[in-house]
Amino acid sequence: MVKRVGIVGIGTTGFRPITPDVSYREMIFEAARKAYTDAGIEPSEIGGFITAAEDFLEGYSICDEYCPDQIGAVLKPTQTIPGDFIQALATGYMMIMTGAFKTVAIEAHSKASNVKNIDELMGFAFDPVYNRPLRETPHAIAGLEMTRYMFETCTSAEQCAKVVVKNKANAMRNPYAAFGAEISERDVMNSDPISLPLHRLDIAPHADGAVVAVLADGETALALTDMPIWIEGLGWCTDTPTLEMRDWGEAAYARIAAEMAYKMAGIANPAGMIDFAEICDEYSYKELQHMEALKLARPGEAAHLLESGVTSFAGDIPINVSGGALGVGHLFEASGAHKILELVEQLRGEAGARQIPDVNIGLAQVWRGVPTATGAVAILSNM
Amino acid sequence: MGMRKVAIVGAGITKFVRRAQETGKELSWQASKMALDSCGLSLDDVDMVTLGTAPDAFDGVHMKGEYLADGAGAHRKPYMRHYVGGGTGVFSPIHGWFHVASGMADICLVVAEEKMSSCHPHPQGAFLTIFDHTTEQPLKPTLIWIFALEMNRYMQTYGISKADIARVSVKNKGNALDHPSAQVAEKITVEDVLASETLCWPVNRLDISPASDGAAAVVLASERVARRLTDKPVWIDGVGFAIDTAYWATRDLAYPRYVETAARMAYDMAGIKEPAKEIHVAEPYDPFDYKELHHMEGLMLCPRGEAARLTAEGYTARDGNLPICPSGGALGVGNPIAATGLMKVIEIFLQLRGEAGKRQVPGKPTCGLAQAWGDLMQMGTVIVLRSH
Repeated sequence: MVKRVGIVGIGTTGFRPITPDVSYREMIFEAARKAYTDAGIEPSEIGGFITAAEDFLEGYSICDEYCPDQIGAVLKPTQTIPGDFIQALATGYMMIMTGAFKTVAIEAHSKASNVKNIDELMGFAFDPVYNRPLRETPHAIAGLEMTRYMFETCTSAEQCAKVVVKNKANAMRNPYAAFGAEISERDVMNSDPISLPLHRLDIAPHADGAVVAVLADGETALALTDMPIWIEGLGWCTDTPTLEMRDWGEAAYARIAAEMAYKMAGIANPAGMIDFAEICDEYSYKELQHMEALKLARPGEAAHLLESGVTSFAGDIPINVSGGALGVGHLFEASGAHKILELVEQLRGEAGARQIPDVNIGLAQVWRGVPTATGAVAILSNM
Repeated sequence: MGMRKVAIVGAGITKFVRRAQETGKELSWQASKMALDSCGLSLDDVDMVTLGTAPDAFDGVHMKGEYLADGAGAHRKPYMRHYVGGGTGVFSPIHGWFHVASGMADICLVVAEEKMSSCHPHPQGAFLTIFDHTTEQPLKPTLIWIFALEMNRYMQTYGISKADIARVSVKNKGNALDHPSAQVAEKITVEDVLASETLCWPVNRLDISPASDGAAAVVLASERVARRLTDKPVWIDGVGFAIDTAYWATRDLAYPRYVETAARMAYDMAGIKEPAKEIHVAEPYDPFDYKELHHMEGLMLCPRGEAARLTAEGYTARDGNLPICPSGGALGVGNPIAATGLMKVIEIFLQLRGEAGKRQVPGKPTCGLAQAWGDLMQMGTVIVLRSH
């Protein structure tokens, strides 16, 4: 019986606003080569492969066709999860727990710079009958949700802007990050209004990049590396896709996914047990909303924890020390991949200038973006 | 092997039709409801949901899995979409098997949906963007062209005629007359196939399955739960899947080695040494008639180049030695891509339970196989089921 699954190798290209010099296949190849070198494994030795990708962002129908060659998966058990990397991670975890696979490699990438008009493309995710004729943009919906969240929790737009200031400053310490900056709360409030209370700087800009990770069962993991990063908890959840039916103030998808992951990891008191977290901040308010859903803050308390420095780099529960999506860039299906990458580097003590001292348990959480109510949570440890 | 056993305990299929009035969400719901009702469960009993559906371009909906979530019964549940092109339908229960065999779930609802008719003027349009944007799209290929190349290569390699291949279409459309979901069941002759319009030589219209709308669903359960729910669980004893290189022009199209690789994985897991003897009934994917023959060979159910002869001799008929596609297959029941694969798995489930009605093959089969195939002629997915 397989008892545990660990991450034994990880590789990335880093993240950049545009990548005209490489194709997405070349980016994936680079990340895969680094991951396999890190794990000390040849792709021919890997039992199964997973890619996380969505057709429209790839510009292909059945885009899974083009995944095998650059990750070394030709004639291997390979599948595509049209979802976030953390959902693919959950599939990889389950594959190994069946006992049929010893190792699984997981890939996700973003080549957002190839897409001419991402907002228009994301518009195709809306219900074609009820919502699409209204021609909402994703940001319009996010602005409405931000209003509701602020109302229910007595949070202000200025407090949300402080998330941007923190995360972009954190990104200055992260060599992978594309959008690090020293800015002030006023800069955020003075940036273009997009869908008030949402301003341009409240929104994570897109970035390109690829990440590949290698998972292994406990025995194989310990044979490959001295410090596997163990998967302790996983949760994923989809609330209703219908905009009109959902609860706009609370991120129920994140709460339910977190409850599942905490139960699996045996964590009863998340705020006391989790050393640091990388959580979805695709919009500034989302970091605060997700902190509450993850029980890292009580309802309405997230903004106060932010202002008192609890979530800053030197705080009790540093959140998004990588810079988050606001500082690193929004990576679509690879969003969770970047968060897992950060967890692995921190837990291995390899995070350089942004290393948090003495960390053992980290949490990564993602949301699939407007108009979805889907999220996933992973809890990793180095013990 | 020490693996957790996983059983199929319930199944449901909608009608397969050219243009469903229902939305994709509604089709998913119909199939899910039928599957849950068939084993006396409700959504509250379901731990997790997984959904298979092929390209987003059919519906024109980005992140189609998210859109279909509530139809598939995933509300506030762990839910994931998986995807391996045309091989998706048989991969769906494999993904569900991961959920249950890993111990993460005791009951997993597996849904496969396809609504091709939303794509105007014809779903073939969605396939124009499956080709490599640099090396292939400038040639403006259609999907039928590349299968015409493959069919021709298969015919030339083994000296098989168009009439030999047409027998598959005749058999499957005839078998489908007994399937309640069937879209294009018909009594036809080899001459009808040969006389139907040539789309791209050697492919004629009746060599191809239709475009369809439909959905299918199965309920998977762990051994402990399955034995409580039913006296006739059908066990998932072997799963296999493999993808070949995306550069299809560099391969020999005469033989689907990716199907063989997937089959070997499934046979190893199920402990099958001689597939042609140990498999009693099979549902290989038949979107084109030659593909059934091609896949029988890839699955090692017969020697290479022999499938057409066996078909002519009636070996693969419903009352033959090795019934192939007793459901009527994609050629007869219809081809809502992901749902077709799961329909084939359901056919084996019903055959092994002895509940296939007029389609029941003789001899009380206890071991069956379903297979699907997809992408750029590169993906193979195989599942082996046993009744004990």
